[in-house]
Amino acid sequence: MFDMIREMLSFDFIIKALVVGILVSLCAALLGVSLVLKRYSMIGDGLSHVGFGTLAIAVSLGLAPLQVSIPLLLLAAFLLLRISESSRIKGDAAIALISSSSLAAGVVVLAMTVGMNTDVCNYLFGTILAMKNSDVYLSVSLASVILVLFALFYNKIFSVTFDEGFARATGTNAKLYNMLIAFMTALVIVVGMRIMGAMLISSLIIFPALTAMRVLKSFRQVIICSAILSVCCFFAGILISFAFDTPAGASVVLVNLVAFLVFAAIAQAGKLVVVKEVK
Amino acid sequence: MATLIECDSLSYRYEQSSVWAVKDVSFTVDEGDYICVVGENGSGKSTLIRMVIGLIKPMGGGIAFKGIGHNEIGYLPQQAPVQSDFPASVMEVVLTGRLNKKGFLPFLGKSDAMAAEANLERLGALGLRRRAYRELSGGQRQRVLLARALCASEKLLVLDEPVTGLDPLAQSEMYRIIRELNEGGLTVLMVSHDVAGAVRAAGRILHMDTEALFFGNTDRYLLSEPGRGFLSGVAPRDIPPGAPHGADADITKDAHPKREGTSDV
Repeated sequence: MFDMIREMLSFDFIIKALVVGILVSLCAALLGVSLVLKRYSMIGDGLSHVGFGTLAIAVSLGLAPLQVSIPLLLLAAFLLLRISESSRIKGDAAIALISSSSLAAGVVVLAMTVGMNTDVCNYLFGTILAMKNSDVYLSVSLASVILVLFALFYNKIFSVTFDEGFARATGTNAKLYNMLIAFMTALVIVVGMRIMGAMLISSLIIFPALTAMRVLKSFRQVIICSAILSVCCFFAGILISFAFDTPAGASVVLVNLVAFLVFAAIAQAGKLVVVKEVK
Repeated sequence: MATLIECDSLSYRYEQSSVWAVKDVSFTVDEGDYICVVGENGSGKSTLIRMVIGLIKPMGGGIAFKGIGHNEIGYLPQQAPVQSDFPASVMEVVLTGRLNKKGFLPFLGKSDAMAAEANLERLGALGLRRRAYRELSGGQRQRVLLARALCASEKLLVLDEPVTGLDPLAQSEMYRIIRELNEGGLTVLMVSHDVAGAVRAAGRILHMDTEALFFGNTDRYLLSEPGRGFLSGVAPRDIPPGAPHGADADITKDAHPKREGTSDV
């Protein structure tokens, strides 16, 4: 096992993927708790599909994918948040429309320009080989900014997540923090999309939060646990991908699924014990 | 008595609605007041309160804050069904009440934790501080949220339907707690369905039916037409002998149907 880790770490591209991936997992897990609790999971999903569209456009125009995707995705985050705030049920449907349309547009653009090749598959399901040095620098700095912002606004983010009405009544600019959460999510998705793939990146946001919430009861515990889980699952996923030659993104998602099932089982077992004690 | 908030002919109409939810409502909140806003469902009570605490902007009229800041309002929202899986400890919830005092400072300190615990203790809920909020009963949750509101303000509490959905024992507990807070110097502005409880508790009544049908002391409300109409089901012994005194500027209107001609005030 340790030999395998050592062997894996001797590859430069894996180191890059690990550095970026671990930072992305960390950010995604932190934001994910708030997104899941605010019922904003759809925004993450919508953003990743829009991200695929922007990536396709950038590639077909021969532009740098990250630099094109970031501003477009920030714009999309702004729009998606407005839509989901305006009305809940219609908002869901509108986000689904936007996601599938941008996915379709991306596929059409790619088919017309570079053709449907393995690259397209890589955009959809991720590749561990995607990270260039410049991408790594940009990703690391964006992730650091997100971590600092999250730490600074942790209390406000909790307040807005728990009870937006109270937060606003006591002078917190809830709209600003909602926007901040959406923008940070957009950045996480842009950065993580190349490794995890447009189809799979939103699971990185949703899984760790849901898993941690099975057993833990305070916001802080859930945040910390989901961050640790996310990083561990990412590392384990990459290791499995290296050992069994499976796709990296999909392996990470499956490890997350296993973690979720384990935590859900623990929660169920805990309930049974409590019921027995009561009896 | 110093005035805290002066509301001048507030009006609000929801999007896609052709009728006013609140129309031309004027009232003042003075220091030490215990005001109860009563009215039937859809009479605009909650809309009015949402304007006062700044959740929605009035479409007509204005609100003047005197001797109190916009963010110095301790707000107890209408009970919403809590997401059954929301992870939050009682302390985490109560501490959010301290954030308005922090401004741009990002972190909470020891003094905040002490203030939160003091407010929990004041409400007899200190024992809950390590519990998970989602595991509490309705009455316990109300106490925790009230402690949060107390953290946010030492001056004014705005309570939206604080007793709705509580069992009778928890209801009378809640009324007792609110009365004690008011006697301790806090100004209380409360919205309630429970008119009988409201006239027993409050010093002044604002009776809403889109417009303000009555605003003034509780004893005068009991004799007024809207008051008698609304309270016809309440036994006389429930009526308090002498209600606390408030301002004398009572607006007493006839309880005529509101859509039958708009009276400009």
